[in-house]
Amino acid sequence: MHSIKPYRISFALIALALCFAWLLNISSGSVAIPFEAMLSVLTGSTAEVDSWNYIIWNYRIPKAFTAVLVGGGLSISGLLMQTLFRNPLAGPFVLGISSGASLGAALVLMSASFISGIASFTFINDISMAIAASLGSFLVLLVVMLVANRVKDTMALLIIGLMFGSITAALVSVLAYFSSAEDLQRFIFWSFGSVGNLSSQQVMLLSGVVFLGLLLSVLSIKKLNAFLLGENYAQSLGVSLKKSRLIIIIATGLLAGGITAFAGPIAFIGLAVPHLTRQIFDTMEHRVLIPAVFLYGAILMLFCDTIAQLPNSANVLPINAITSLVGAPVVIWLLVRKRKMLF
Amino acid sequence: MSELKKHSIEVKNLSIGYKNKTVANNISFSMEPGQLCAIVGVNGVGKSTLLRTLGKLQPKLSGDIEINGKTLERHSSFELAKTLSFVLTEQPASKNLTVQELIALGRQPYTNWIGTLTIEDKRQVEESLSSFLLKKLRNNKCHELSDGQLQRVLIARAMAQDTPLILLDEPTTHLDLYHKVQILKLLQQLAHTKQKTIIFTTHEIDLAIQLCDKILILDGKVNPSGTPSELIEQKHFEQLFPSEMVQFDAKTGSFKVNK
Repeated sequence: MHSIKPYRISFALIALALCFAWLLNISSGSVAIPFEAMLSVLTGSTAEVDSWNYIIWNYRIPKAFTAVLVGGGLSISGLLMQTLFRNPLAGPFVLGISSGASLGAALVLMSASFISGIASFTFINDISMAIAASLGSFLVLLVVMLVANRVKDTMALLIIGLMFGSITAALVSVLAYFSSAEDLQRFIFWSFGSVGNLSSQQVMLLSGVVFLGLLLSVLSIKKLNAFLLGENYAQSLGVSLKKSRLIIIIATGLLAGGITAFAGPIAFIGLAVPHLTRQIFDTMEHRVLIPAVFLYGAILMLFCDTIAQLPNSANVLPINAITSLVGAPVVIWLLVRKRKMLF
Repeated sequence: MSELKKHSIEVKNLSIGYKNKTVANNISFSMEPGQLCAIVGVNGVGKSTLLRTLGKLQPKLSGDIEINGKTLERHSSFELAKTLSFVLTEQPASKNLTVQELIALGRQPYTNWIGTLTIEDKRQVEESLSSFLLKKLRNNKCHELSDGQLQRVLIARAMAQDTPLILLDEPTTHLDLYHKVQILKLLQQLAHTKQKTIIFTTHEIDLAIQLCDKILILDGKVNPSGTPSELIEQKHFEQLFPSEMVQFDAKTGSFKVNK
């Protein structure tokens, strides 16, 4: 396959765009900080106003970092699913994987009052959230995978994903009905999605999970390329189907589940970004796509978060609404313009 | 003479099928390097199943398959990837690959963990491209190709995998006569010049008689194999189809419709 060389310029441009999106993201927020002041804080000197230092280092930079992890990670999980299911419309949200994570998270969040009656949780709650959400998404992924082996029809697979979404949504509303107003509110806020408000411990945990998912994805690059030919061809090229499938599913579960646990169910990023990336990087080679999709996802997420902050106002919009507003038209546009989406 | 030659594939008393359904049994044949072999037979007699079994894509029921003097089961999947390559009836999952990218995927058994192509890999890809007349199409996406072109790409990929054995499942279906002949001639050339053993299933019996070194007839009973002229002499083609519809003409080596 082509090496990465022909894409050097594209990579340089996209890296530059990431820097720009990052600076833009850091410079906007409910407190207006002048750009020069922000730059001086970033280069190590102190700003005129003490609180600016604090806001930038302790709030905005971790938030931007989280946005990079969330956007990049979700996009990679979308790419993995599209290759694994041979389906251009696959993504963590569409196939019900986010719903599975939601169910796991809902179980933890809404039963929190029962558990915290016994012992008080803060950090353990974070970990159990991450584990529950990852397990939830992993479980749905496994079931979808089993069904996908029986149903070869790609449309059927998407409908099954939607059905799983409905089932988990129903279970969540049953849970919601029996839970206290406080727990319910926590769950609703979680479901709006947010990349801010994470403690440094949470950011570290998220980084760990995303890093592990990315590592497994990078190790699967050659197998992913073989899967582009179909499973029988992949097998004839010496790929162990069971093992590689499992590794890719674990990577997807870690990325989609872990991210959903901390940032809420974020729609459309996972589905749309791989397609947007292929508009610039016109290749199927995963050696090019994996870094490119990660960077592109990070940029889009930073951009969406910047809009959600409603620069210089005290209001913050739910980021899930922004990603849907940006992502859904992109998918429609791709479908209409290209007639059929190729993956 | 033939006893002295080393068999590249030897099948003895093979039964194929699925757990609760035997598709065909009593299959025995052998092939030598540099031979082009067709598997013919009526629909549903188990041609594709046989091909998939030979390539370990599905387990055999009983009998022996030996490839290069070693039983198929003892080949690891890694070894097998360097021993035999496939051209299947299924379309590649992603048609957004370019011709060159798809052919280069055939080099996977030889590349490192991330799939970097060495100079030798690139040379093999180039050779496959030129052998199957694809140099001008190299940067085209597979969804832009005609059926015949795509079939050539898939065969070129198998060639790039550089295996002594190539198995093809109905490589000429959906093609017009010109492209059928083109594909089969290219396969013949590949087998003879590179000393490869090429086995394909087909319904083009008259073309197979003209171009193949060996033919295996799956009739569900005797399953005879041999050179086309041997099989014609032994009148095996006559029994292939019900004689009230078509009749085999031994002089021309083709079938005639009964009027």
